[in-house]
Amino acid sequence: MGIDFIYPEFEVKRDRERCIACRVCERQCANCVHSYDEESGLMLSDESQCVDCHRCVSLCPTRALKIVKSDCALRENANWTTDAINEIYKQASSGGVLLSSMGNPKPMPVYWDRILINASQVTNPSIDPLREPMETRVFLGKKPDRIKREGDELCCELTPQLELSMPVMFSAMSYGSISYNAHKSLAIAASKLGILYNTGEGGLHEDFYAYGANTIVQVASGRFGVHEKYLEAGAAVEIKMGQGAKPGIGGHLPGTKIGSDISRTRMIPEGSDAISPAPHHDIYSIEDLRQLVYSIKETTGYRKPVIVKVAAVHNIAAIASGIARSGADIIAIDGFRGGTGAAPTRIRDNVGIPIELALASVDTRLREEGIRNNVSLVVGGSIHSSADVIKAIALGADACYIATAALLALGCHLCRTCQTGNCNWGIATQRPELVKRLNPDIGSERLINLMTAWNHEIKELMGGMGINSIEALRGNRLMLRGVGLNGKELEILGISHAGE
Amino acid sequence: MKKEGQIRIPSGCAISAAISRSGQRITGEKIIDSMRPMHDRSNGLGGGFAGYGIYPEYKDLYALHIFYDSDAYRSQCELFIKESFEVVKAEPIPTRKTPEITDEPLIWRYFVTPLRSVLASAQLDEKEYVTRFVTRVNSLMTGCYVFSCGKNMGAFKAVGFPEDVGHFYRLEEYRAYSWTAHGRYPTNTPGWWGGAHPFALLDYSVVHNGEISSYDANRRFIEMFGYKCTLQTDTEVITYIADYLLRRQGLTLEETASVIAAPFWETIGRMDEDARRKATYLRTIFGSLLITGPFSIILGFEGGLMALNDRLKLRSMVAGEKGDFVYVASEEAAIRAMEPDVENVYAPQGGEPVIVKVKEGQY
Repeated sequence: MGIDFIYPEFEVKRDRERCIACRVCERQCANCVHSYDEESGLMLSDESQCVDCHRCVSLCPTRALKIVKSDCALRENANWTTDAINEIYKQASSGGVLLSSMGNPKPMPVYWDRILINASQVTNPSIDPLREPMETRVFLGKKPDRIKREGDELCCELTPQLELSMPVMFSAMSYGSISYNAHKSLAIAASKLGILYNTGEGGLHEDFYAYGANTIVQVASGRFGVHEKYLEAGAAVEIKMGQGAKPGIGGHLPGTKIGSDISRTRMIPEGSDAISPAPHHDIYSIEDLRQLVYSIKETTGYRKPVIVKVAAVHNIAAIASGIARSGADIIAIDGFRGGTGAAPTRIRDNVGIPIELALASVDTRLREEGIRNNVSLVVGGSIHSSADVIKAIALGADACYIATAALLALGCHLCRTCQTGNCNWGIATQRPELVKRLNPDIGSERLINLMTAWNHEIKELMGGMGINSIEALRGNRLMLRGVGLNGKELEILGISHAGE
Repeated sequence: MKKEGQIRIPSGCAISAAISRSGQRITGEKIIDSMRPMHDRSNGLGGGFAGYGIYPEYKDLYALHIFYDSDAYRSQCELFIKESFEVVKAEPIPTRKTPEITDEPLIWRYFVTPLRSVLASAQLDEKEYVTRFVTRVNSLMTGCYVFSCGKNMGAFKAVGFPEDVGHFYRLEEYRAYSWTAHGRYPTNTPGWWGGAHPFALLDYSVVHNGEISSYDANRRFIEMFGYKCTLQTDTEVITYIADYLLRRQGLTLEETASVIAAPFWETIGRMDEDARRKATYLRTIFGSLLITGPFSIILGFEGGLMALNDRLKLRSMVAGEKGDFVYVASEEAAIRAMEPDVENVYAPQGGEPVIVKVKEGQY
């Protein structure tokens, strides 16, 4: 209190006329905001604990609750914002690094929203996806430079490919950072949709080996839960070099979240902190990466494509080109707005570059070098909608990774406090009473709904452009125009301005 | 106004072709006649023809057809030609003054063969050498444009209606076993002769009707392999795709057709095991060369032609035959103008290639 006091960010507004003191809010709030006063028979609130997750708002049977931003404000200052000042108070008091969750919330440019999509008029027809076939199937993996023949016959051997029914996959979120039920929802949905989900760096729970054909298993710098059977279990192996939310640093799952199941899956002692080092300590340069890629390929008998995931950083085009020459089958690039279960605030908000620019420059670079067909490109880091997917593919991506959007479908309300482990929606928590709030059958259904809806929209947008197969959209930048972008931005994106 | 190459100009069109399976050579009059009933499919902003077997006396030499803006550009370009080739003959292409065709550039042709020593030091096969020469001239040199460079074949094109273009180039004086023709309906163009069609590279020539929606995906992929889409037209990129798949990858015509008008996955799923494996393989590798949106194309090459529609058949195209000859055109009327008693007229299905080859040794 006193000098360190920061007035609560949110206020709990309870309509006394509507409140029936049923105490649902009290039972639902893991942050202990609500309490019942026996004497007065009234519900009370401690708004200092409120994270604005909307669990109580959503479940209040009489709609008696709303959470509003507090109007208790410091003197307005365009230079010293309230956030900046409060963060200084926190650090002056604690001496610690600030932690945050989910993606960068700062008002940085969202290039997707400055790009518009084309449609056919007169000179060629648009295609109605309800009447004509509209293909969204994608194959990810290395394509050979030359076809091979034995005699006259085509020799149809290909290096391993991932087949997706639509160009979207669920991005890496570890078991530990999210719950068992969240993982199960993703696994079931990926299987039913014919796409893939990604284990993240926390290993694969033994119950989920059954979904292996729709699983990407990740190998990160901590090597948690990595063993031969794990590598064999998935359809592909992803080497995580970096993450958009925190390029250049590792990860830290606190011991409190390492219960028995997670301990067994991660192969670390119960209650111990799981710390991933910033770099892979066997990869200090590009030739080391090649060795890890081929170690994994040797282990898995060259039957699994290897994905190398990197954060979008300044020199991303050259880095991607190096990766493309290092045996990787797929490059995944994560933009600076990508989500996280916990990251140092300064890194999340200031390191890395937008995925739109990274994607455009990587795709251009790989084409200039004539090696674009040697790898597939998957991009993530705040794909908000099917329109973003279309724009990403037209800029040059083969497919998109989504994670925040998937969590929203599962009930996440983006309160950005995953690091506390008190997720009221049963997603970013390991507390059994919270985890069980997420029903994997319902969760997977909602994910399937979301992807089905997106796929319909993707087909509509493609049909409007007169394109009936997703590969004819890949890298088709003529289908895009920029609005309100400067010459340099347009040049990097490789698109013209609207009206040109 | 910007010309082709500086801006992408969509256009609708008329196409037509006639080929003799026994290699019988006919003059250009018939193919010109075929374009008359399709007059309204062009708007006077481009027409052209390609003839195969027209230069038997020089059949082992590459015939370069070049537009020049002026004599100064010509002498500059000729220096470059002489550095790369032995020139057996150089002459202006004979034309006829006609009121319908105006503002013609200088139009020359050269019968050449690559200089052996230069070829050896470049470590390229002859065709690749010629391709690179043409790409250099067309992308780097101003005021000159190579619009045909095959052996024993040639393209003839201009701004104007196709029937007038044929008259202008005196096509009745040439005899070919295979003719293709094109009338253009661009939405806007300042009327640059290089922008007319057919588009030709080596002995491949393409006439095309349509506006493909996959253009930039195709262009950006094919440009990885040394091609430069300087005109930004569909026909240009389709020609490069054909050259890449047929000459450089060694695909058959049928395989090429199944890349650019790939069967739907659903159709592939219904194929027998062997065909399914092949179709999946080609679609997976060459996905970026799938062409979507409306097109009907006729690809001419030494000894044959292939006609192909997009897989939804969004453009009209009919084929028919009579005796030794096979005809293909945007409209049946065009075929009947060439052969009133044509038989077996049919509309090939979307993605179903019509492949006609001249008997071996007859061309």
